[in-house]
Amino acid sequence: MIAEAGLAALYLAAALALLQLAVAAIPALADKAVATARPIALAQGLLTCISFLCLLLVFIRTDLSVTLVAANSHSAKPFIYRFAGAWGNHEGSMLLWVTVLALSGALLALLSRRMPERMLSAALGAQAALALGFYAFLLIASNPFARLNPAPLEGQGLNPLLQDPGLAFHPPTLYLGYVGLSVAFSLAVGALITRDVGPALARAMRPWVLGSWIFLTLGIVAGSYWAYYELGWGGWWFWDPVENASLMPWLAATALLHSVSVLASRGGLRTWTMMLAVVAFSMSMVGTFLVRSGILTSVHAFAVDPTRGTFILALLMLYVGGALALFVWRAPTVAEGARFALVSREGALVINNLLLSVILAVVFLGTLYPLMVEAATGEKLSVGPPYFNAVAGPLGLLLLLLLVVGPLLRWRRHDAPIAGKVVPAVLAGLATLVATVILAPGISLMARLGLVAGMALIPASLMPLLGRSLRRTPLATWGMVIAHLGVAISVLGMASDAAFTRERLAAARPGERLELGPWLIDFVSVSPVAGPNWTALEARLRASKGNGTEELHPQARVFTSPLTETSEVAIATTWNGQLYTVLGRKTGDRWQLRLWWKPFVTFIWLGGVLVAFGGFIALAGRGWTNRRNRRRLEEAEL
Amino acid sequence: MNLKPKHQRLILAISALIALVGAAMLAMWGLRDRAAYFVTPTDIASGAVEEGEPLRLGGMVEQGSLVQLADGVTLRFIVTDGKQQVETRFRGIPPSLFKEGSGVVAEGRLRGRKFEADNILAKHDERYMPPQLGNSAAEHAAGQTVEK
Repeated sequence: MIAEAGLAALYLAAALALLQLAVAAIPALADKAVATARPIALAQGLLTCISFLCLLLVFIRTDLSVTLVAANSHSAKPFIYRFAGAWGNHEGSMLLWVTVLALSGALLALLSRRMPERMLSAALGAQAALALGFYAFLLIASNPFARLNPAPLEGQGLNPLLQDPGLAFHPPTLYLGYVGLSVAFSLAVGALITRDVGPALARAMRPWVLGSWIFLTLGIVAGSYWAYYELGWGGWWFWDPVENASLMPWLAATALLHSVSVLASRGGLRTWTMMLAVVAFSMSMVGTFLVRSGILTSVHAFAVDPTRGTFILALLMLYVGGALALFVWRAPTVAEGARFALVSREGALVINNLLLSVILAVVFLGTLYPLMVEAATGEKLSVGPPYFNAVAGPLGLLLLLLLVVGPLLRWRRHDAPIAGKVVPAVLAGLATLVATVILAPGISLMARLGLVAGMALIPASLMPLLGRSLRRTPLATWGMVIAHLGVAISVLGMASDAAFTRERLAAARPGERLELGPWLIDFVSVSPVAGPNWTALEARLRASKGNGTEELHPQARVFTSPLTETSEVAIATTWNGQLYTVLGRKTGDRWQLRLWWKPFVTFIWLGGVLVAFGGFIALAGRGWTNRRNRRRLEEAEL
Repeated sequence: MNLKPKHQRLILAISALIALVGAAMLAMWGLRDRAAYFVTPTDIASGAVEEGEPLRLGGMVEQGSLVQLADGVTLRFIVTDGKQQVETRFRGIPPSLFKEGSGVVAEGRLRGRKFEADNILAKHDERYMPPQLGNSAAEHAAGQTVEK
């Protein structure tokens, strides 16, 4: 019953999306379009939520007569994974995608009371058109509620690598970011149709871009940390196509975030911002295509049904092609933006946008090149970290350099000298350069440049606060400063990990003592332990550094359903880094141990969280300023 | 600089175009040098693979070839694609799905005629098969999907 209710809700939502599209398209309804579309969008959001709740319910109850549950769940699974396992598979995650899409449309209808009616109506139509395609994809090619008859006695279980708290957080966060960008896309399409491209549109679009970007940032940070501790390789970014699939929308959203601010406050970069809004959500769809079609060489790629890939590709071509055609048709009619000199805040933001776009383009080409070559010649190849590091690394450094001066420039045109404000950054950078050359002559060039740039960026990111009254500084400026500081900290973490990581691989007997960097590690024992659906061999390590002692228990786990071995790393976190330990196999009377000491590696993710927090402050500040302005306006009217 | 708005827009469009062409050229340069990143034992046997370059070697672990060396942390095995073999050494802890007769993707470098792996890619699923090895093995495992 529950599964049928979920499916029925989904069919109803699809019908409503069709209706919503018709409302926007029929000229006779133009006067009442928004008033008609608003409740439809809300109902759609509600119905997809019901459908998603139904999916959660069948998973929590482990209803094995539902094919998806039987293939991916097991009654002995801990509660949190029965719950989160609902989206740990293809169909469930696509239902989550569609639910977020419909909810975004509902929120757009609910919150945008100040937008020109015609534009909002067109945007809601575009949102409905997007939703319709993905409903069709779910209902035709990936029905999550299909029944299985006869029902099996037990499910096949969830892939043990996904049985991790990360599963509860990472995919939903990433999807909120991915799909939130659909609203920026729909608003851009709406504004292009109604020829309303201007600051009002940008002000409506900005919170959506900011919100999506915050979630994308957090989703990527969570995914990176998850891969770091789950895979047991000590790495935090692998340039895997699936990671690139989340990085590409993030790069586009970061560029869009900066250009939409120029449009909102200065009226410039109109066509460019529209282009970016289309590209950003297109990248979300490209990402979905890459992950859900399984066509690329990837550690995440599994054998999948090829019709699904074709279906998503068709949707992708339809939406991206349609939006780009609309863009090309309407771009010449977009009004000229305000002028600015090359040396100005706008000028710096243009360079920021160009650099981000170039990075996006090289990542995009590197990710899709193997696919294109295979389609054209049948030759199979893969592109990996050597390519991405070589092309994206230097561009990223240029972006950091720009970050030192950009926020110091004035809007429109900058005449005053800024040399004085750059001095602290230059001094910090030079001091770091000298220090690393003397103390760590052997580190790689990119790691050294990363350390220099990160250290220079810390004072530079704080400079916009210089000479201001901190209480009067707008929250948006605080947000920018915090986010840029987060970038500096994250870059320092990456560079420190690349430069100073120490690794030790040993076959050791219990009782032996190992040395690694500042740590002395005693290998105490190995003993068997058991969990709810796994058994494991657990090593006891006692690690000491200075006065502190840490106990670590890395495990080699065996899951019972499906029967799989995984290795659970144990990590000791101190203020200045992480000790990362992996237990391997037994060879003779010795155990394989792989140990890493990673100074300041935590800065990578702390910086990322700080970046997202800066975005949150800017978002909160905008809402607060709006309310204050509105109140003032109302008081003035009285 | 007192530009007319029209000129400013033109300059912006041209700089965007230059940036994108630059990106394409950069990508082509990077890909030309590094796209032959995934190799098979046949590629190595044909002599087309340069020594010392970072590579991914894909194939199957030959039955009966897996040996643990005396240091306790080095594995020696033969990677085969059915036509040619490459002797491979790996220092480290292999992922649990790594065993004789299963598919493998190893990251490392070619030294002499041997492959030195510093990483063996983990697979999220026992049904995973490197697409480069053809779809035959993937096809018989298809039917069910488990995905992240």
